[in-house]
Amino acid sequence: MAEKAVVDQVVGDTFAKLMLEHVRLRPQRIAMRWKDLGIWQTWTWAETGEEVMTFSLGLKSLGVAHGDRVAIIGANRPRLYWAILAAQALGAVPVPVYADAVADEMSYVLDHAEVKVAVVQDQEQVDKVLSVAERLPTLKHIVYDNERGLRAYDHTHLHSFVALQQTMRARIAAEPQLGAAWKKAIADGKGSDPSIVLYTSGTTGRSKGVVLSSERSIAAARDTVAFDRLTDADEVVCYLPLAWVGDHYLSYAQGLVAGFCMSCPESQATVQDDLREIGPTFYFAPPRTLEALLTRVMIRMEDAGALKQAMFKFFLAHARRWGEKVLDGGDVPAGARLLYWLGNLLIYAPLKNVLGFSRIRTAYTAGEAIGPDLFAFYRSLGINLKQLYGQTEAFLYVTCQPDGQIRSDTVGPAAPRVDIRIIDSGEVYFRSPGQFIGYLKDDDKTAETMTPDGYVKTGDAGFFDQDGHLKIIDRAKDVGQLRNGSLYAPKYIENKLKFFPNIREAVAFGQDQDFVTAFINIDLTAVGNWAERNNLAYSSYQELAGHPRIYEMIAANLDEVNRALAGEPRMAGAQIKRFLILHKELDADDGEMTRTQKVRRSFVAERYDPLINALYSGKTECPIATEVTFEDGRKGMLSAVVKIQDLTLFPAASAAAYREAAE
Amino acid sequence: MSDAMTRMAPADVTMAAPARDGEVLLKVEDVSLSFGGVKAIQGVSFDIRKGEIRAIIGPNGAGKTSMLNVINGFYHPQQGRITFKGNVRSAMRPHEAAAGGIARTFQNVALFKGMSTIDNIMAGRSLKMKRGFGWQLWRGGPALAEDVAHRRFVEGIIDFLEIQAIRKQPVGRLPYGLQKRVELGRALAMEPDLLLLDEPMAGMNVEEKEDMCRFILDTREQFGTTIALIEHDMGVVMDLSDRVVVLDYGRKIADGTPDEVKADQSVIDAYLGVAH
Repeated sequence: MAEKAVVDQVVGDTFAKLMLEHVRLRPQRIAMRWKDLGIWQTWTWAETGEEVMTFSLGLKSLGVAHGDRVAIIGANRPRLYWAILAAQALGAVPVPVYADAVADEMSYVLDHAEVKVAVVQDQEQVDKVLSVAERLPTLKHIVYDNERGLRAYDHTHLHSFVALQQTMRARIAAEPQLGAAWKKAIADGKGSDPSIVLYTSGTTGRSKGVVLSSERSIAAARDTVAFDRLTDADEVVCYLPLAWVGDHYLSYAQGLVAGFCMSCPESQATVQDDLREIGPTFYFAPPRTLEALLTRVMIRMEDAGALKQAMFKFFLAHARRWGEKVLDGGDVPAGARLLYWLGNLLIYAPLKNVLGFSRIRTAYTAGEAIGPDLFAFYRSLGINLKQLYGQTEAFLYVTCQPDGQIRSDTVGPAAPRVDIRIIDSGEVYFRSPGQFIGYLKDDDKTAETMTPDGYVKTGDAGFFDQDGHLKIIDRAKDVGQLRNGSLYAPKYIENKLKFFPNIREAVAFGQDQDFVTAFINIDLTAVGNWAERNNLAYSSYQELAGHPRIYEMIAANLDEVNRALAGEPRMAGAQIKRFLILHKELDADDGEMTRTQKVRRSFVAERYDPLINALYSGKTECPIATEVTFEDGRKGMLSAVVKIQDLTLFPAASAAAYREAAE
Repeated sequence: MSDAMTRMAPADVTMAAPARDGEVLLKVEDVSLSFGGVKAIQGVSFDIRKGEIRAIIGPNGAGKTSMLNVINGFYHPQQGRITFKGNVRSAMRPHEAAAGGIARTFQNVALFKGMSTIDNIMAGRSLKMKRGFGWQLWRGGPALAEDVAHRRFVEGIIDFLEIQAIRKQPVGRLPYGLQKRVELGRALAMEPDLLLLDEPMAGMNVEEKEDMCRFILDTREQFGTTIALIEHDMGVVMDLSDRVVVLDYGRKIADGTPDEVKADQSVIDAYLGVAH
């Protein structure tokens, strides 16, 4: 296979070696794009090699040596990706940090990783690092990309990225052997050394530093590049957080293995436009993003003319019926095929173009369960959207769906060369080519997570269905029981709730209680739009959340979930009996969610303890005052009286009756 | 971290104020303005020095906006002298002020609502365009080259104000805070020596205000622009400005650093009222 040959040509067990290979093999091909001043700026592999070399030598001049850790803080910018490569070229270990982390969180990671140099995007990040600098004895230098607002700062330990490169360019011109020595050092680099430390999002407690080696990372990336047939002609838009394993794997590792171009958006707010301009061929989005996109499309369609709306509805219905079959090459009558072709001409293709999905060959979603309707919507338009299940500890892939075996309720069979074992308690263990070396400075945790025979414990409960596809139900430790012994899987219930566009977030409670209750966060875009159309005046999230008509609407959604739960023999006991709509949105700044937008259940339970008590004590409302943190780190108080509503439960259907009802 | 590191951040990020002994950019001497019987400004004198942020404050109806209108030539004072960049002038038209290097934003946003952000800011470049209507009609050769250069400058402003995402949106559809930012962008496009801001933070929430403060400080740092602003948020005024002039009923009642003004009894009286 010609494509495979390209992949195999790039030999090397470190990312720096791969980069030099690309510089040699395809010097004039575009390696990187970034939209700046409204224009896509490009860098070829040859230019990338030069940028990385000059910056790498710059880092060296700041005292960075083999084994030192270098923090990378900021959005997806070419210079920050180069900084990762530059550090790796020296044998140093980059530690990407979430750019939206507040100073305290940042100081934990920088301190724990004993970072020597921090490469940051702009003044905002410089200020954050400086504000905690006293607590970081190992930190010696800060390098920034964007000089805006930083001119007046003391530059003794603060350096401009570009200036550092300029200095090194002059030195390389004077002493050409510098470059040769740098390349020699790369050639001597070992693939078994740590290549990066990625901090887990910390859904449960403090985040842990996952140490990955480059040989394993590259081995894993080679497998999936072959699996999805990626080549140097592919295009990705890097818009996911740098510090997240997904971006490091899907964009960076796969990009360096396959040699494709990485495009960095102009800013976080322009991602949608940038996607459209680039037209990526490989795309990843968490279900949350896909849902937000769909909501936006639907809302905007409501403002369209009658003819357009009618066409949209008609062809979407047709796509729902036949689209996935067309995509999977199933048996579709000629008439339906023709109509689908027409629909593609009139609706699907233009819609995909607006979303920037025109050229997608492979798209993945992961991170949480995806609603069946949502999943089907994108697939029916002809987008090859698939699911994967992964972990930072695995360097992403544990399972993934091969083309043609796509389902919304499973995450697919084991990924290439991954072994999966499910132990008696239902917890999923895996062994994968990309798996981590250990947690940074935490041998106890490492020993706890790895089995003696080399398997990694995921902490997730799941099972294989009859087709050999893995189905994840919840975190293993969260699956519990009600007082009457009914099985209770909170995540399972919450996911069912979150499939409603009105509900943005849900937190279920019930462990060792008599019945299940839930906190609801409404989706301000969807519900706000509904309120506008129904002449419901509101001035804030809080006011909208407390409105009786919104309660009515949400109660109807919950009824539907209860009905579905009643139909599943194992879950019927876990229907939601009482619920409330929270007076504020759960927010990572308040510690209620992780930076990857997952709810921290125990923290929320503790923080809103009075509300939970009220849910189980039969009260109909409960006053609550909550401390909130603003984006700049200041705090304020938010108080409200939250209403609580009861729901009628459905009788548990016997398995037979359920089948009957379904028919 | 070592001592050296903690000393990295300057004690005062807003920079040592160049105010005290800087060169005077604009001087207002004994200016009076009245509309019929209403005396909007009575014998006010103050100066604005190069590179400083100068606040004009006062209770409602004190004559602040009238003062800005006098400075940029929209109103012609009946009495008094205005010296800008060493040139004395009495009557001057707004477009002459603009050509002379004075740009402003308005209390109520005054943008071209149907035009996109980029076109609005490009409008601020119109005084800098050298090629005439005929050349522009052709859209090629020197006119195109000129257009490209201006566009590059405007893109720099868009980047500076972080409004890339709304580059092509009609400004009428933007939220108020963003419209204010676009208006600042249009004023900056004129590369003014003196920037007049009429209540730049009015109607903004805390976060938007903080953003705007940063833009104002960065404007001075990056472009070296002198700024005169009217603002009601005292926190903002005291943080931002190097010197403050206080007007009340058209008269100047105080002038000095924020600390001096804060301690001034007549200012306190003007704001809180005096018991009779």
